[in-house]
Amino acid sequence: MSNPAETPRSLVIERVFPHPPEKLWRALTEGPLLAQWMMNNDFQPVVGRKFQFRADPMPNWNGVVDCEVLIVDPLQRLSYNWGVGDADSGLQWVVLWTLTPADGGTHVRMEQSGFRPDQQAAYQGANYGWQKFIGNLEQVLGGGAI
Amino acid sequence: MVCRVKPANASHVFRALADPTRRAIFEELTRQGEQTVHALTRYAGVSQPAVSKHLTVLKRAKLVRHRREGRETHYRAQADALAPMVDWLNLYGAFWRDRFDRLEELLERMDS
Repeated sequence: MSNPAETPRSLVIERVFPHPPEKLWRALTEGPLLAQWMMNNDFQPVVGRKFQFRADPMPNWNGVVDCEVLIVDPLQRLSYNWGVGDADSGLQWVVLWTLTPADGGTHVRMEQSGFRPDQQAAYQGANYGWQKFIGNLEQVLGGGAI
Repeated sequence: MVCRVKPANASHVFRALADPTRRAIFEELTRQGEQTVHALTRYAGVSQPAVSKHLTVLKRAKLVRHRREGRETHYRAQADALAPMVDWLNLYGAFWRDRFDRLEELLERMDS
């Protein structure tokens, strides 16, 4: 049923910043700093901690993102759930930040992937499936549309 | 920002495709064109009632359409139904790129 020749991809944004990983980690994990570039929040880098990002409400969105910290791997990886909307009709995502020392700075990779709320235990598998599916979207739509 | 698409619309599509078997069935239909439930059952490697259940969920999300011919039901993919999902991904792409720009500005302002 699976085709290993298909390249896994997902919603990934990457950039090299001319700053050390320590500085990136602070910007990603210290609430007041995080608020300056992401959104207001009550984030704390503790696995299992539930927190919210809050922006101004707008049509179709109350401005709240419900999150839970999944991974805190200092200077390397940070991951949290990303929930928008209510439990029934809302959307659930996982956001994963990966920092890698790079020539003259830090390579930052943000990956946002979807998963089924009742499948958290199988998250790795579901995640792979999503990447593959999103990668295939382009083909499904005949290319160019995405 | 992240919400010009009504979450409920995208949500139906995402949820329908959250299951690996449903994703596989949908992909098979986009690759092979119209298929009978029997053919899809052979492909998916699960029972026919299970396949029928999955097809019902896909149908509700308007990802597939069906027609009956004699005793067989034929299904075909409606790729147009993916549009809310594609919009959603594009919006998030723009959202994160904007946040990366703001992060870059913040790093310039920080002391160490």
